[in-house]
Amino acid sequence: MGEALAAFNAAHGEAGGVVSFLGKVRPDGNVRALELTHYEPLTLPGMEDLAKTAASRFGLDGALVWHRIGVMMPGEAIVLVATAARHRRDAFEAADYLMDHLKSAAWLWKRERRDDGWHWIEPRGQDHEDLARWQ
Amino acid sequence: MSVTILFLGPLADLAGEKEREVDAPLDWAGLIDAVGAEVAEQLELERVNVACKGRVLADKRALMAEDGDEVALLPPVSGG
Repeated sequence: MGEALAAFNAAHGEAGGVVSFLGKVRPDGNVRALELTHYEPLTLPGMEDLAKTAASRFGLDGALVWHRIGVMMPGEAIVLVATAARHRRDAFEAADYLMDHLKSAAWLWKRERRDDGWHWIEPRGQDHEDLARWQ
Repeated sequence: MSVTILFLGPLADLAGEKEREVDAPLDWAGLIDAVGAEVAEQLELERVNVACKGRVLADKRALMAEDGDEVALLPPVSGG
């Protein structure tokens, strides 16, 4: 992760700022594990399109968009987003944009294991509102 | 001569399996017949999408899958 950010930073020497966001499995409640599944023919092309759209919309020098799949434990990283831009505001906004879209508009499905078994997680109303801000 | 139907996310629980082979060709009516009542009910909802050959269909009811095609049933997503 540190290496990825260092490499991303090195690749964008002209940028005035790099913003990064690391999403983790929240270590609270009775969530024992989280599992992310994907559909390869759609998920990766969709993420590449998302990164391109963000780069164009916010005039980025570059964007890094990583999402893990499989089973993850509380405290583990799920997603890493980094953006490089001439000015910090564009980098912050682009990272926010990328995360809002990964939460509820990327081809990923999430379920969590609680004491009584696995439960699929659907986007909350808040997630849809977050996404609508960009339309 | 078959089409593979993939059940993504919670649809796999409803279907009781992650994928199913059915006879080709497969259209919308055939898909509804092939997936069982619980998944069929979900498929009728606008929030469930269908992809064929790795592309999301603009009109899922126009599905026409041929031998060797993969049809993915895509419920609402949640990432991050």
